[in-house]
Amino acid sequence: MHDLVPMTALGASHPRSDTIGPVTITESPDWALASVAARLGQEANCQTALEKGLGVKVPGIAAYVSAETLAAFWIGPHVWMLEASYATRPDLAVQIKSACADTASVTDQTGAWVRFDLTGESLSRVMERLCNLDMGKLQPGHARRTLIEHLSCFVIRHAESITLYGPRSAAQSLHHSLITAAKSVF
Amino acid sequence: MIINHPLLGPCDAQEFVYKGDFRLIDRPDGMAESAEAAFFDYLYLRENPAGAHRELWFHEQGDRSWLVVTRNTVTHEITNVELARDVARSMGRSR
Repeated sequence: MHDLVPMTALGASHPRSDTIGPVTITESPDWALASVAARLGQEANCQTALEKGLGVKVPGIAAYVSAETLAAFWIGPHVWMLEASYATRPDLAVQIKSACADTASVTDQTGAWVRFDLTGESLSRVMERLCNLDMGKLQPGHARRTLIEHLSCFVIRHAESITLYGPRSAAQSLHHSLITAAKSVF
Repeated sequence: MIINHPLLGPCDAQEFVYKGDFRLIDRPDGMAESAEAAFFDYLYLRENPAGAHRELWFHEQGDRSWLVVTRNTVTHEITNVELARDVARSMGRSR
Protein backbone atom coordinates (compact mmCIF):
# COMPACT_ATOMS: atom_id res chain seq x y z
CA MET A 1 0.00 0.00 0.00
CA HIS A 2 1.40 3.36 -1.00
CA ASP A 3 1.48 6.02 1.64
CA LEU A 4 0.67 9.07 -0.46
CA VAL A 5 -0.04 12.49 0.99
CA PRO A 6 -2.66 14.52 -0.88
CA MET A 7 -1.49 17.94 -2.05
CA THR A 8 -3.46 20.92 -3.22
CA ALA A 9 -2.78 22.48 -6.63
CA LEU A 10 -0.48 25.03 -4.96
CA GLY A 11 1.59 22.18 -3.51
CA ALA A 12 0.59 22.49 0.13
CA SER A 13 -1.19 20.14 2.50
CA HIS A 14 -3.87 22.73 3.27
CA PRO A 15 -5.64 25.08 0.86
CA ARG A 16 -4.19 28.55 0.71
CA SER A 17 -6.25 31.55 1.72
CA ASP A 18 -5.15 35.17 1.38
CA THR A 19 -7.02 38.23 2.57
CA ILE A 20 -6.02 41.48 0.91
CA GLY A 21 -8.06 44.50 1.94
CA PRO A 22 -11.72 43.48 1.79
CA VAL A 23 -11.08 40.57 -0.62
CA THR A 24 -10.35 36.98 0.34
CA ILE A 25 -8.88 34.62 -2.27
CA THR A 26 -9.26 30.97 -1.27
CA GLU A 27 -8.05 27.85 -3.00
CA SER A 28 -10.89 25.28 -3.08
CA PRO A 29 -9.54 21.83 -3.78
CA ASP A 30 -12.43 19.50 -3.07
CA TRP A 31 -14.48 19.76 -6.24
CA ALA A 32 -15.28 17.09 -8.80
CA LEU A 33 -15.68 18.24 -12.39
CA ALA A 34 -16.75 16.53 -15.58
CA SER A 35 -17.56 17.94 -19.01
CA VAL A 36 -20.46 16.68 -21.07
CA ALA A 37 -20.52 17.17 -24.85
CA ALA A 38 -23.79 16.20 -26.49
CA ARG A 39 -23.28 14.07 -29.58
CA LEU A 40 -24.45 15.25 -33.00
CA GLY A 41 -28.21 14.89 -33.33
CA GLN A 42 -28.54 13.83 -29.67
CA GLU A 43 -28.56 17.32 -28.14
CA ALA A 44 -32.18 17.23 -26.93
CA ASN A 45 -31.96 13.61 -25.70
CA CYS A 46 -28.79 14.44 -23.78
CA GLN A 47 -30.43 17.36 -22.00
CA THR A 48 -33.44 15.23 -21.08
CA ALA A 49 -31.19 12.45 -19.81
CA LEU A 50 -29.18 14.85 -17.64
CA GLU A 51 -32.32 16.37 -16.17
CA LYS A 52 -33.96 13.00 -15.51
CA GLY A 53 -30.88 11.10 -14.35
CA LEU A 54 -29.14 13.75 -12.27
CA GLY A 55 -31.86 16.27 -11.52
CA VAL A 56 -29.82 19.17 -12.86
CA LYS A 57 -31.34 21.66 -15.27
CA VAL A 58 -29.05 22.13 -18.25
CA PRO A 59 -27.80 25.73 -18.25
CA GLY A 60 -28.48 28.06 -21.16
CA ILE A 61 -25.82 30.11 -22.93
CA ALA A 62 -23.17 31.46 -20.52
CA ALA A 63 -25.27 30.40 -17.53
CA TYR A 64 -24.55 28.64 -14.24
CA VAL A 65 -27.28 26.65 -12.50
CA SER A 66 -27.11 24.73 -9.26
CA ALA A 67 -29.27 21.98 -7.85
CA GLU A 68 -28.97 20.29 -4.47
CA THR A 69 -25.64 18.48 -4.78
CA LEU A 70 -24.79 19.29 -8.37
CA ALA A 71 -24.16 22.41 -10.40
CA ALA A 72 -23.59 22.95 -14.10
CA PHE A 73 -22.28 25.71 -16.31
CA TRP A 74 -22.29 26.28 -20.05
CA ILE A 75 -18.85 26.10 -21.69
CA GLY A 76 -19.80 25.96 -25.38
CA PRO A 77 -22.62 25.06 -27.77
CA HIS A 78 -24.07 21.83 -26.35
CA VAL A 79 -21.11 21.40 -24.00
CA TRP A 80 -21.48 21.79 -20.24
CA MET A 81 -19.27 21.38 -17.19
CA LEU A 82 -20.83 19.67 -14.20
CA GLU A 83 -19.53 20.41 -10.74
CA ALA A 84 -20.12 18.72 -7.38
CA SER A 85 -18.32 18.60 -4.09
CA TYR A 86 -15.82 15.74 -4.23
CA ALA A 87 -17.11 14.27 -0.98
CA THR A 88 -20.64 13.81 -2.31
CA ARG A 89 -19.79 12.61 -5.83
CA PRO A 90 -16.21 11.37 -6.17
CA ASP A 91 -17.26 9.37 -9.26
CA LEU A 92 -19.04 12.27 -10.95
CA ALA A 93 -18.00 11.38 -14.52
CA VAL A 94 -19.18 7.78 -14.09
CA GLN A 95 -22.53 8.95 -12.75
CA ILE A 96 -23.00 11.34 -15.67
CA LYS A 97 -22.01 8.74 -18.23
CA SER A 98 -24.49 6.24 -16.85
CA ALA A 99 -27.20 8.93 -16.92
CA CYS A 100 -26.67 10.09 -20.50
CA ALA A 101 -25.28 6.85 -22.03
CA ASP A 102 -24.66 7.26 -25.79
CA THR A 103 -26.17 10.71 -26.07
CA ALA A 104 -22.99 12.43 -24.93
CA SER A 105 -19.24 12.14 -24.46
CA VAL A 106 -18.16 12.66 -20.86
CA THR A 107 -14.67 13.64 -19.71
CA ASP A 108 -13.50 13.64 -16.12
CA GLN A 109 -11.94 17.08 -15.54
CA THR A 110 -11.37 16.91 -11.79
CA GLY A 111 -7.58 16.91 -11.95
CA ALA A 112 -7.33 19.47 -14.74
CA TRP A 113 -8.37 22.64 -12.92
CA VAL A 114 -7.53 24.68 -9.89
CA ARG A 115 -10.38 26.52 -8.24
CA PHE A 116 -10.16 29.84 -6.46
CA ASP A 117 -13.11 31.49 -4.71
CA LEU A 118 -13.08 35.25 -4.36
CA THR A 119 -15.23 36.69 -1.61
CA GLY A 120 -15.65 40.12 -0.10
CA GLU A 121 -16.36 43.63 -1.29
CA SER A 122 -15.25 45.32 -4.52
CA LEU A 123 -14.54 42.06 -6.36
CA SER A 124 -15.19 43.73 -9.68
CA ARG A 125 -12.33 46.15 -9.05
CA VAL A 126 -9.96 43.18 -8.81
CA MET A 127 -11.49 41.38 -11.79
CA GLU A 128 -11.32 44.41 -14.08
CA ARG A 129 -7.53 44.27 -13.75
CA LEU A 130 -7.52 40.57 -14.66
CA CYS A 131 -9.84 39.95 -17.59
CA ASN A 132 -12.01 41.40 -20.34
CA LEU A 133 -15.32 40.57 -18.69
CA ASP A 134 -17.36 43.45 -17.37
CA MET A 135 -18.01 42.16 -13.86
CA GLY A 136 -20.17 45.18 -13.06
CA LYS A 137 -22.64 44.03 -15.71
CA LEU A 138 -22.47 40.28 -15.19
CA GLN A 139 -25.42 39.03 -13.20
CA PRO A 140 -25.17 36.24 -10.60
CA GLY A 141 -25.54 32.92 -12.39
CA HIS A 142 -23.34 33.97 -15.31
CA ALA A 143 -20.39 31.77 -16.35
CA ARG A 144 -17.83 32.62 -19.01
CA ARG A 145 -14.47 31.43 -20.21
CA THR A 146 -11.93 34.19 -20.65
CA LEU A 147 -8.23 35.02 -20.52
CA ILE A 148 -6.55 35.85 -17.22
CA GLU A 149 -2.83 36.59 -17.54
CA HIS A 150 -2.58 34.45 -20.71
CA LEU A 151 -4.39 31.58 -18.99
CA SER A 152 -7.75 30.33 -20.17
CA CYS A 153 -10.05 30.40 -17.14
CA PHE A 154 -13.71 29.95 -16.30
CA VAL A 155 -15.26 32.82 -14.37
CA ILE A 156 -18.52 32.16 -12.52
CA ARG A 157 -20.42 35.03 -10.95
CA HIS A 158 -22.36 34.18 -7.80
CA ALA A 159 -24.45 36.56 -5.75
CA GLU A 160 -21.77 37.12 -3.09
CA SER A 161 -18.63 35.66 -4.63
CA ILE A 162 -16.77 34.81 -7.81
CA THR A 163 -15.43 31.35 -8.65
CA LEU A 164 -12.44 30.97 -10.97
CA TYR A 165 -11.29 27.75 -12.56
CA GLY A 166 -7.85 27.92 -14.16
CA PRO A 167 -5.46 25.31 -15.52
CA ARG A 168 -4.14 23.32 -12.57
CA SER A 169 -0.64 23.08 -14.05
CA ALA A 170 -0.44 26.89 -13.90
CA ALA A 171 -2.04 27.21 -10.45
CA GLN A 172 0.83 29.20 -8.95
CA SER A 173 0.98 31.62 -11.88
CA LEU A 174 -2.76 32.22 -11.66
CA HIS A 175 -2.58 32.62 -7.89
CA HIS A 176 0.28 35.10 -8.28
CA SER A 177 -1.71 37.18 -10.75
CA LEU A 178 -4.78 37.20 -8.47
CA ILE A 179 -2.69 38.33 -5.50
CA THR A 180 -0.90 40.96 -7.58
CA ALA A 181 -4.18 42.36 -8.90
CA ALA A 182 -5.73 42.48 -5.42
CA LYS A 183 -2.65 44.19 -3.95
CA SER A 184 -2.64 46.77 -6.72
CA VAL A 185 -6.24 47.71 -5.84
CA PHE A 186 -6.00 47.70 -2.04
CA MET B 1 -11.28 45.01 -32.63
CA ILE B 2 -14.58 43.71 -31.22
CA ILE B 3 -16.27 40.62 -32.65
CA ASN B 4 -19.98 40.42 -31.97
CA HIS B 5 -20.28 36.74 -31.09
CA PRO B 6 -23.72 35.38 -32.08
CA LEU B 7 -24.13 33.60 -28.73
CA LEU B 8 -22.08 35.63 -26.26
CA GLY B 9 -22.31 39.17 -27.57
CA PRO B 10 -19.37 41.53 -28.12
CA CYS B 11 -15.98 39.90 -27.39
CA ASP B 12 -12.46 41.29 -27.74
CA ALA B 13 -10.54 39.98 -30.76
CA GLN B 14 -7.74 39.01 -28.32
CA GLU B 15 -9.87 35.98 -27.37
CA PHE B 16 -9.96 34.70 -30.95
CA VAL B 17 -7.59 32.95 -33.33
CA TYR B 18 -7.74 33.74 -37.04
CA LYS B 19 -7.82 30.86 -39.48
CA GLY B 20 -8.40 32.21 -43.02
CA ASP B 21 -10.90 32.23 -45.86
CA PHE B 22 -14.25 30.75 -44.77
CA ARG B 23 -14.30 28.41 -47.79
CA LEU B 24 -11.79 26.21 -45.92
CA ILE B 25 -14.84 24.64 -44.27
CA ASP B 26 -16.08 23.55 -47.69
CA ARG B 27 -13.62 20.73 -48.30
CA PRO B 28 -14.10 19.04 -51.70
CA ASP B 29 -15.00 15.37 -52.09
CA GLY B 30 -11.70 13.50 -52.40
CA MET B 31 -13.37 10.60 -54.19
CA ALA B 32 -14.93 12.67 -56.98
CA GLU B 33 -13.72 12.49 -60.61
CA SER B 34 -12.53 16.08 -60.53
CA ALA B 35 -10.93 15.81 -57.08
CA GLU B 36 -7.45 16.83 -58.24
CA ALA B 37 -8.56 20.12 -59.77
CA ALA B 38 -10.97 20.77 -56.88
CA PHE B 39 -8.22 20.27 -54.30
CA PHE B 40 -5.84 22.52 -56.26
CA ASP B 41 -8.45 25.26 -56.02
CA TYR B 42 -9.19 24.49 -52.37
CA LEU B 43 -5.55 24.54 -51.28
CA TYR B 44 -3.97 27.27 -53.37
CA LEU B 45 -6.49 29.66 -54.86
CA ARG B 46 -7.84 32.47 -52.68
CA GLU B 47 -9.64 35.68 -53.34
CA ASN B 48 -7.68 38.60 -51.95
CA PRO B 49 -10.30 41.33 -51.77
CA ALA B 50 -9.78 44.91 -50.67
CA GLY B 51 -13.17 45.07 -49.03
CA ALA B 52 -15.65 42.60 -47.58
CA HIS B 53 -14.04 39.24 -46.78
CA ARG B 54 -15.66 36.22 -45.13
CA GLU B 55 -13.21 34.50 -42.85
CA LEU B 56 -12.97 31.88 -40.11
CA TRP B 57 -12.26 32.85 -36.53
CA PHE B 58 -11.97 30.44 -33.58
CA HIS B 59 -13.08 31.58 -30.12
CA GLU B 60 -10.21 29.80 -28.41
CA GLN B 61 -10.30 31.73 -25.14
CA GLY B 62 -14.08 31.50 -24.95
CA ASP B 63 -16.66 28.95 -25.94
CA ARG B 64 -14.46 27.25 -28.58
CA SER B 65 -16.89 27.87 -31.41
CA TRP B 66 -15.87 28.52 -35.00
CA LEU B 67 -17.30 31.69 -36.51
CA VAL B 68 -17.64 33.04 -40.03
CA VAL B 69 -16.87 36.74 -39.73
CA THR B 70 -17.50 39.18 -42.58
CA ARG B 71 -14.79 41.81 -42.20
CA ASN B 72 -13.80 44.70 -44.41
CA THR B 73 -10.08 44.19 -45.00
CA VAL B 74 -9.56 47.92 -45.62
CA THR B 75 -11.41 49.41 -42.64
CA HIS B 76 -11.59 46.32 -40.34
CA GLU B 77 -15.31 46.98 -39.98
CA ILE B 78 -17.14 43.77 -39.10
CA THR B 79 -20.55 43.59 -40.74
CA ASN B 80 -21.71 40.06 -39.95
CA VAL B 81 -20.83 37.22 -37.60
CA GLU B 82 -22.32 33.71 -37.92
CA LEU B 83 -21.62 30.33 -36.35
CA ALA B 84 -19.59 28.30 -38.88
CA ARG B 85 -21.90 25.37 -38.17
CA ASP B 86 -24.92 27.37 -39.34
CA VAL B 87 -23.07 28.51 -42.47
CA ALA B 88 -22.06 24.91 -43.31
CA ARG B 89 -25.64 23.71 -42.85
CA SER B 90 -26.99 26.52 -45.01
CA MET B 91 -24.60 25.29 -47.73
CA GLY B 92 -26.29 21.89 -47.56
CA ARG B 93 -23.83 20.08 -45.28
CA SER B 94 -25.04 17.88 -42.44
CA ARG B 95 -22.73 19.57 -39.90
